[in-house]
Amino acid sequence: MKSPAKSFAARVRKLNQPGAAGRMTALVIPYAWLALFFLLPLLIVLKISVAESVMGIPPYEPLLRLAENATVQIHLTFSNFVLLLRDDMYVVAYLNSVKIAAISTLVSVVVGYSMAYGIVSSPLRWRYLLLMLIIIPFWTSFLIRIYAMIGFLKDNGLVNNLLMSLGVIDQPLAIMYTPLAVYIGIVYSYLPFMILPIYAALERTDPSLLEAASDLGARPWKAFLRVTLPLSMPGVVAGSLLVFIPAVGEFVIPELLGGLGSPMIGKVLWAEFFNNRDWPVASAVAVAMLALLVVPVMMFDRFASRYFRGRS
Amino acid sequence: MNGRLPWFAISVLVLGYLFLYSPIVSLIFYSFNESRLVTVWAGFSTKWYGALMHNDALLSGAWLSLQIAFLTASVAVVLGTLAAFALIRFGNFRGRTLFAGMVTAPLVMPEVITGLSLLLLFVAMEGVLGWPERGMMTIVIAHATFATAYVTVVVQSRLGQIDMSLEEAAMDLGARPFKVVRVITLPLIWPAMLAGWLLAFTLSFDDLVIATFTSGPGAKTLPMEVFSSVRMGVSPQINALATIFIVVVTSMVVIANQVAFRRRA
Amino acid sequence: MAVGAGGIQDKPWTDPKAQPFVRIQGVTKYFDDVAAVNGVDLNICRGEFFALLGASGCGKTTLLRMLAGFETPSAGKIFIDGVDMADIPPYRRPVNMMFQSYALFPHMTVGQNVAFGLQQEDVAKPEIAERVAEMLELVQIGELARRKPDQLSGGQRQRVALARALIKRPKLVLLDEPLGALDRKLREHTQFELVNIQEKLGMTFVIVTHDQEEAMTMASRVCVMNAGMVEQVGTPSEVYEYPNSRFVADFIGTANLFDGVVTSSTASETRVHSADLDGEIVVGGGGTAAVGATVSVMVRPEKIQVVPDGSPAPSFNTACGQVREIAYLGDMSVYHVELPSGKRIQLSRTNLLHTADTQISWDHTVRFEWHPANGILLVI
Repeated sequence: MKSPAKSFAARVRKLNQPGAAGRMTALVIPYAWLALFFLLPLLIVLKISVAESVMGIPPYEPLLRLAENATVQIHLTFSNFVLLLRDDMYVVAYLNSVKIAAISTLVSVVVGYSMAYGIVSSPLRWRYLLLMLIIIPFWTSFLIRIYAMIGFLKDNGLVNNLLMSLGVIDQPLAIMYTPLAVYIGIVYSYLPFMILPIYAALERTDPSLLEAASDLGARPWKAFLRVTLPLSMPGVVAGSLLVFIPAVGEFVIPELLGGLGSPMIGKVLWAEFFNNRDWPVASAVAVAMLALLVVPVMMFDRFASRYFRGRS
Repeated sequence: MNGRLPWFAISVLVLGYLFLYSPIVSLIFYSFNESRLVTVWAGFSTKWYGALMHNDALLSGAWLSLQIAFLTASVAVVLGTLAAFALIRFGNFRGRTLFAGMVTAPLVMPEVITGLSLLLLFVAMEGVLGWPERGMMTIVIAHATFATAYVTVVVQSRLGQIDMSLEEAAMDLGARPFKVVRVITLPLIWPAMLAGWLLAFTLSFDDLVIATFTSGPGAKTLPMEVFSSVRMGVSPQINALATIFIVVVTSMVVIANQVAFRRRA
Repeated sequence: MAVGAGGIQDKPWTDPKAQPFVRIQGVTKYFDDVAAVNGVDLNICRGEFFALLGASGCGKTTLLRMLAGFETPSAGKIFIDGVDMADIPPYRRPVNMMFQSYALFPHMTVGQNVAFGLQQEDVAKPEIAERVAEMLELVQIGELARRKPDQLSGGQRQRVALARALIKRPKLVLLDEPLGALDRKLREHTQFELVNIQEKLGMTFVIVTHDQEEAMTMASRVCVMNAGMVEQVGTPSEVYEYPNSRFVADFIGTANLFDGVVTSSTASETRVHSADLDGEIVVGGGGTAAVGATVSVMVRPEKIQVVPDGSPAPSFNTACGQVREIAYLGDMSVYHVELPSGKRIQLSRTNLLHTADTQISWDHTVRFEWHPANGILLVI
């Protein structure tokens, strides 16, 4: 029964579980992958954001350079960040992104909550279909849905044609290429991400709690405010983070729907990188964006590890 | 939550679904338009679908995207399932917090940052190692990295629901750890793995931003082709393409839900 | 309370030369900084039906999982049939376990579940089929072989789990709260069945339970555990009649405990003065406590008799009190009596006549007594 490789068996036992060798492999592979392709790239961004920009490929000065006396010299510069603060364009884009993301999130909460509540309160035989109609856009191409939005909002698009044929307006409303189009686009694209977690939270709520509340004399509106709403807050928080975080860094929506009047930080980063080929400044923009998102991302992370872990 | 639906709930639902679906429906409608002008109805035609079949740029983009999505989903399912095992089954190992953070953070990382950071990594690697050449491979690596996070979440929640004593019972009856995984755990989590695979495939097939950053010369994915075409203006061929896409996705979602429904019933 | 028949006649544990089948030596298990099991020494004999009894969190399940190999002891050793288990993983131990949740594989039929263990040993297919059929007959679910676990009732699931744990004819069978999920009637029925199966197959069973009645009904010996440690090991009647601590006295059945000080101690009796009682307490049997020691005297409710009105009052082990509560249980009634000292005791009487309960009612004053042999001296 005893294997000759006793020292190995002893080591395995130290890990406290059988099959330790397999477990080690199972951990090391994804760990190494994520360290190499997620963590390291972020560190490189951080590094390049404090490098000096030069012409050439790659268009930045190496941060570490072996000097002649074999000591490592570090070329640190914060000029890229100073530029971000000095130039109005960056500050405006930064603030504008936060504003657009925050307002869109708020609108999504209101619309998403109402819809999730409507789905939960509808009869069972309808619920299946209604949920499916939320899930389908969730799986449908993001780009195609934005494209559909263009056809919907533009001067001779569906909305304007409809309103003009009804005689409500006689000139097309200029919605495309305005901040309004960006708001509509974000809410439209991310609404399923808001509805699904809220729906899940509402569906889990035990109906007898509402019965108990009304038995104790709470009117329906009071019962909603004091019981349903607090119990569904985890869903609202999850949905809000799922909308706010990607909305801040959004590129496609402001690029295709927005005009020059609504710069967003994701668009600025793209332009710095692809048009100006200024990698250090693009990296500095990325770092600034990360700094903005650190708190919401960590909130999401803590939330996710509690929420997705399941009941083991 | 019972009784009749209040009127405001009904109107919210009607308005909400109108908002979600009228752009899509109008897009599908105009894909059958005879006229080149997308918004003026000039009679029924399927000619844009025919034109699509001869659009080499879109076709080769679609082929590239399919290959990338297939590879991405396959890599992500392996990595994501392993990561889910580590998070659910390995207890409190050293470095767990960092690992859990790295697994979930890509879920919410803005695409521009993921794209930029990976490109900078690939450039640096190319400078030092002479590898990888940017193109299909680098897109697959980039996509697999963020798709792994989604697969992990899906598999993790299924794995968390499985009673650990099932695996212990199998081991108690003489099955070695590897066999336990093969005959007990995998059969129980494969629906989640399949869902994860489909999710990863869709995310990869759909991605524009990360692919644009990490792609090299000559590798233009379908979303990249569509994006440059849309920038030029609305085109009925894109409507036709979008319609095909929506029909495929819708029927897959419906089938998947029917299967899941029947399994549960 | 019935006493299980399993191997009780031989009492192998009383033979000093016998080699114990399972030896647990100084086993301790820490989870983080908490000792779930703390320095446990136990010997279990071949063919025993051994029960680990205790409240939840007392370490009994952890001990069982260490026998199965799912937990590794932080210190100490476990031998099964003379072999040190330290390096042996669960899948190579001659041990099978029946899980509290049953842990039936949901994607396999009943037959596949039961056959699983044999398939791991490369047993020939015809033999597997034969043994599975035989085993399903033994647990009386032969007709359910093709069902899936979610198509079974709780009692049927329990039988599948048992069959699966027995099919490999393990030397040692571990049962973690095997009857916990069954309703009362089915549980009582199954208890006897389990004992019969164990005797028929001649295997050694170790069962974990928090239900003292279950442990007493089935086990040849009971090990009472508390806070990770063994409080007492003995036959069901030993732990009930002769508990060795206040904890065991209180945990097994109901105990009336009178605290006091030893006033005299001879070879035949010990006398105790207790403020709880207005008389003296006399405990028969050899004195184990020195004069002046603080002790508790434990008396079971059924061993206390009511002195009929008009009879002469005894001179010791007696008191008067007022009846405060009556629990009528059908076969017997339990009376809570408050003594003048404020102490409450319980005494029980079998309801021999239809009208038995009419003689004692609320707020009646009753006098009671007990025989010196029925008191147990517990040194605090």
